[in-house]
Amino acid sequence: MRELSLHILDVVENGITAGADGIVIRVKESAAADRLQITVRDNGSGISADKVRHLDDPFVTTRTTRRVGLGLSLLAAAARRCEGDIRVNAAPGKGTEVTATFQRSHIDRAPLGDVAATLGTLIMGNPQVDFVYIHRLDDKEFTLDTRELKRELEGVDLSSPAVVSQLMDLIRRSLKELASGGSELRTKESANGQADD
Amino acid sequence: MAKLTIEDLKRIKEQTTKATALRQGEARVKITVHMGTCGIAAGARPVMNALMEEMAEADRQDIRVVTSGCMGMCSSEPNVTVEVLDTEPIVYQHMDPNRMRQVFRRHVLLGEVQTDFALAKI
Repeated sequence: MRELSLHILDVVENGITAGADGIVIRVKESAAADRLQITVRDNGSGISADKVRHLDDPFVTTRTTRRVGLGLSLLAAAARRCEGDIRVNAAPGKGTEVTATFQRSHIDRAPLGDVAATLGTLIMGNPQVDFVYIHRLDDKEFTLDTRELKRELEGVDLSSPAVVSQLMDLIRRSLKELASGGSELRTKESANGQADD
Repeated sequence: MAKLTIEDLKRIKEQTTKATALRQGEARVKITVHMGTCGIAAGARPVMNALMEEMAEADRQDIRVVTSGCMGMCSSEPNVTVEVLDTEPIVYQHMDPNRMRQVFRRHVLLGEVQTDFALAKI
């Protein structure tokens, strides 16, 4: 994939296919440690221990319709070529957590890319799912919580194109400020620690 | 400073309440963007974003957009399925933002199936 945000989109779609209605995406960048970590946690149907051991094998899939599954194997390959790795914690009925780590400055690391487009696509295409996106860069943090947005925008369809378009603009501006070392970006829910639920 | 503030949310609500107030009832058109690994790698996300822009401009309340997984035709991704009420669903193949805009304006809004991009009827 050309962007890490496309991997995020792919892993989240896997979770939604597994019946999740709550997804937490964390991107943690540390300039000092030169690491970038992406974690996607869902509350879907989970994966058996036997399957978890072989998830980065492209010829292992939980699907029964065919015998290849490329999503996590591509993410694992992307992480490993950047001095990183992938870790999957899952259990049947308890959801799945996928964590990929990368050397942040590695020449082969794909850019994070258009995170706003990924979140916009997810929000518009899956109105029944709640998303929490937490992006931490050293000591600065940006959080988007659609549960909070639904409460604040009561009566407004969050998945409507007009709303998603405005949300994407706000996310782009916020992440641009985060990357440029702007002042602290922290919404109410992240400050209260509720976004980690 | 750009961040999601309560003021931002209020502004979004004011600007969009009118536009979304009528989004009730049955959809006349359902558009499915297939978002499996193959679709995403082939460019499904820009297709979805182009669709979003077209929908925002058209401001139609009877059109629903959903994402789904791979439909098994990986070599023809990105695939988009358009289902108009009382007509056969059409699967479009090798979509890109321009094709998506054309399909939206001609098929979804005017009912003209774009046979140049069509893969199959379902």
